Amino acid sequence: MSNVLELRDLRVTYHTQGGGVPAVRGVDLTVGTGEVVGLAGESGCGKSTIAAAILRLLPAGTKTEGEILLNGEDVLKMSAAKLRAVRWAGASIIFQGAMHSLNPVRRVGEQIAEAIIVHGQANEREAKVRVGALLEQVGLPSRRIDDYPHELSGGQKQRVMIAMALACNPSLVIADEPTTALDVMVQAQVLKLLKELQRDLGLSMVFITHDLSVLVEVSDRLAIMYAGKIIEDGPAELVFHSATHPYTKALAAAFPEIGDMRFRGKPSGLGGDPPDPQNVPPGCPFHPRCAEVVEGVCDRIEPALWVSGANSHAACVHASGAPALEGMPR
Amino acid sequence: MSETQIESKPLELGPPVVEVRDLEVNFKGRVGLIAGLRGHKAPDAKAVDGVSLTLHEGEVLALAGESGCGKTTTARAIMGLLTPDAGQILFQGEPLPTSTRALRPYRRQVQMVFQDPTGSLNPRSTIYEIVAEGLRIHGITQGPNGETEEQLVARALSRAGMRPPERFVMLYPHELSGGQRQRIVIASALALDPKIIVADEPVSNLDASVRGEILALLLKLRDELKISILIVTHDLGLAWTVSDRVAVMYLGRVVEIGPTELVLQRPRHPYTRALLDVVPEAGGVNRPILQGEPPDPTRIPPGCRFHPRCPTVASGRARELGIEGRCTGEDLQLSPTGEENFAACHLVELNQLP
Repeated sequence: MSNVLELRDLRVTYHTQGGGVPAVRGVDLTVGTGEVVGLAGESGCGKSTIAAAILRLLPAGTKTEGEILLNGEDVLKMSAAKLRAVRWAGASIIFQGAMHSLNPVRRVGEQIAEAIIVHGQANEREAKVRVGALLEQVGLPSRRIDDYPHELSGGQKQRVMIAMALACNPSLVIADEPTTALDVMVQAQVLKLLKELQRDLGLSMVFITHDLSVLVEVSDRLAIMYAGKIIEDGPAELVFHSATHPYTKALAAAFPEIGDMRFRGKPSGLGGDPPDPQNVPPGCPFHPRCAEVVEGVCDRIEPALWVSGANSHAACVHASGAPALEGMPR
Repeated sequence: MSETQIESKPLELGPPVVEVRDLEVNFKGRVGLIAGLRGHKAPDAKAVDGVSLTLHEGEVLALAGESGCGKTTTARAIMGLLTPDAGQILFQGEPLPTSTRALRPYRRQVQMVFQDPTGSLNPRSTIYEIVAEGLRIHGITQGPNGETEEQLVARALSRAGMRPPERFVMLYPHELSGGQRQRIVIASALALDPKIIVADEPVSNLDASVRGEILALLLKLRDELKISILIVTHDLGLAWTVSDRVAVMYLGRVVEIGPTELVLQRPRHPYTRALLDVVPEAGGVNRPILQGEPPDPTRIPPGCRFHPRCPTVASGRARELGIEGRCTGEDLQLSPTGEENFAACHLVELNQLP
């Protein structure tokens, strides 16, 4: 399987008045053709930064290092013209709160067509036909083409945003919290639509959300981030149901299974707060909050992604494939 | 009906603290200036259309449903923040007064925790000022045992898990994390020694890993201070974790209410079933999903208000059971199911599960 996206040792540092803030601290991630990779973690863990970095949408002054190979080409080395061509046609993004990113004074059809025309994929008349087909594809009647955003509900606007993301037949779609602001029933409808489109069009996707229960439903593979690094990855169900990393376990426990008496009356949470990116704790960045911390080891050794099961890895001293570490009880 | 055993110990409910009886809240329909001059009128929105429920002492009651179902409006009416168009709200057996002045002592007893702690804290006030504000508004200069304002604030902070309190009093909200901010919101509620906390989506803006802590705090307040908690949420997983009873609302009405174990494991209303079906879980992509948008409270359908979206009607099962005509034509109230829950569905009389 060839890879649509390959991140190699990606590092992103934001520039602020208080100095550099490392948001992504060395991430390797691959997305194969037709694969859906779910990226999860708390706010500030760097997941949305990765989404923006892939299309070089980060604010000026941000330092991005490493390689971002989109269909084998490094996005970080592209010329401005090449980048313009790749944005939307090579990879597109469905943003967080996308419903608010539609222009309120232009018809939704025009807004979708704009991307197609700008990329020279069709003239105005052809574009209109394509937009009609796209709307049908995302489950909206094609007569909605002449509607203004305020005439659509939240779920319908999100469908328009999905149509827009698909307009130029991108090889990669990045969905950043695409259902977060939607109502429960509408969220289920939109998730189902995304999953069907992914299957029918063979889309490759990076799906980003903090809601692990949503991710496990749509993803083939999960990557869990903490403090700018991936700390666990593997097949989605495996990571969700039998995580190795204590952080992943805590995240999964935040989404209880109804009917499971273990959760009844017993909300479980992590103590403490996510680390300050400018002051990440030494050793394992999670150790101050960890329930399974090994004194004298975790505060000293920063774990790498060690093998923890079939096709899965965890950056934790408890991973089955962790090397013998000094001070570790065995 | 299937005979699966549901683990549900009979609820021991304390005395009622708040009783809501046949509550109705309408919002006036609005039209543009020109349409108004031409005599056009927009229909009123019946946000709450006949809700009755009781909150008992030391109980956690979850009010669940889609946006627009009237759950927040019901909560606001209980807070005394809006005047009902019909019906009554009783606090410890007494009807709520209507004048703002007379409502004051009641408002002290009922405190609210909102979704977004960042939005509900004044960014230019210190934590001390924020927690003391309620005391000052209510003219409380000392506690029942002669405590000073400082002592009351410190006690509220430590009850909310901000310990030691003196470490936090001089900080500003932006210096705290999301979870800590929500604790400050809860501390300012606790400063007034309330009987009831109304929490509107108290954790949906918080990071997944922090949620559990805030929920554990709410449960602790219930256990230690016997505070009754009304949690407004769309998240049934949250209801499963913390609530004693669940009330499911649809289009201005409670359509099912009962002990959490029963309602969430053997729902009797097709809408409750539908809400449970869309809780995300592994491999659940092919589950049934209700089509259409949340319904419009300005146009409430005749008959059972859920019938246009009801899977039991759409699948033809209602016709087979001979109740379709009643589903589309006969409005109905909550009725006992024979177990500890109540549901407003014609299937209940036939003792059928949705």
